[in-house]
Amino acid sequence: MSAAPAVDVSYFPGCSLATTAKENNQSLIECCRKIGINLVDLSDWNCCGSSSAHSINHRLAFDLACRNFSLAPPGRPLVAACPSCTLRLKHAQHRLKNDEAARERYLQLWGRPFDPDLSIRHFFGLLAEVDLESLPAANGHVRIDLAFAPYYGCMLNRPHALRSGSDHYGIMEKTLRGLGLQSLHWAYASQCCGTFLTVARPDIVTPKVNAIMQGAAESGAECLVTACAMCHMNLEVRCTLKNPIPIFHFSEILSLAFGTSNSRNWFSRHLIDPRPLLKRKGLMSS
Amino acid sequence: MTIPKGPTIRLNDLDLQFSKEIKRLAGTDFHSCLQCRSCSSGCPFSDYMDYMPNGVMRLVQLGLKTEALTCNTIWICVGCHTCTIQCPMAIDIPGVMDALRERALAEHVEILEPDILNFHREVLNSIERYGRTHKLEIMMRYKLKKFDLLSDLNVGMRMMAKRKLDLTPSRVEQVGDVKKLFQE
Repeated sequence: MSAAPAVDVSYFPGCSLATTAKENNQSLIECCRKIGINLVDLSDWNCCGSSSAHSINHRLAFDLACRNFSLAPPGRPLVAACPSCTLRLKHAQHRLKNDEAARERYLQLWGRPFDPDLSIRHFFGLLAEVDLESLPAANGHVRIDLAFAPYYGCMLNRPHALRSGSDHYGIMEKTLRGLGLQSLHWAYASQCCGTFLTVARPDIVTPKVNAIMQGAAESGAECLVTACAMCHMNLEVRCTLKNPIPIFHFSEILSLAFGTSNSRNWFSRHLIDPRPLLKRKGLMSS
Repeated sequence: MTIPKGPTIRLNDLDLQFSKEIKRLAGTDFHSCLQCRSCSSGCPFSDYMDYMPNGVMRLVQLGLKTEALTCNTIWICVGCHTCTIQCPMAIDIPGVMDALRERALAEHVEILEPDILNFHREVLNSIERYGRTHKLEIMMRYKLKKFDLLSDLNVGMRMMAKRKLDLTPSRVEQVGDVKKLFQE
């Protein structure tokens, strides 16, 4: 770890990481700290609107995202790790940048003009800028011997208007290979998990999830690694296969590699228990 | 994939004003769709749709308003943008679905997937109450409305056992800020 002081960034956890996926949140905060990034919770943040606001009320989706911008302190990027939150926030920001009426509404609702310099970023973007080559050795880095299927779901897809900048395809493979893991090529890496259909149409989601989980196992993977808390939940909740392989949050593996002491509290929250695999691999004491 | 029988197209029924309105709402030009079917081939959920995504593009091009607003496709689409990245004409197809859903609600037409709509409404109700989503309450209210408390009971119990469902919501302090957005 370099001696440079940690950089503060504003952090938008979003509802999933704040509640159902606390283990994702805690491991993310911890692994960021290890790479010199201090995630400072955006004070009094609200839900980005999730899939439901833009699905039935675009005005509300825009306004909900905007309140969060209005809370962001100047001079720091606003970082999210939930792909869906990131997309919702970027969508609203895109409108603000391109639509005078949207900026007027913002000013009227939140009593200050929109900050055109506010940078909205996904965790992947921050990670891509870190020189990981130099990190692990200086960091008490634990070599992790795991074969994993990288699972992005739909998180790298974006509408064309938001496609400027890097896509970060392959970032999980590249990063984790550097930490000793073996990444596998498989068919379902970018297949959508079904997201909110899991509630109203589990009949659609269950076969999709089973195909994904089966595909990962058949590729020879010992586990899946995902960077979306929604995907993680859907895969765990809707999988009906016998003996499914465990699914890790990307941030959990990063934290584990960087030498964390808190991981027990995360892994005990998984519906598909990853602890037997971790113990077998010597990554967790019995 | 069987190709569904399309509606009879009566030239007098084509509502080009509707077409223009959806184009404005969606902010994307679906008139450039050349029916290559890349969207429908890649869509993970097309098996469950009555019109394929390319079919919906055709409906809005032609202004076949009733067909476009009452298809189940607009509700099954989750906005995963798999179609978008495959579309050679760079059409924001989920953006068109968003616009159609909103119009379907404004026009009070029959909703073919009422459960999906109820779920969205419960999510928004939760955001209105707390400023954030409270998953346990969303699920309970959704299931109560459907008179179906049993179907996912074991899923709920497994999540509770792993402390994945908080009993109390995570709240916004200045929730009035959020509530006022729902007053319009």
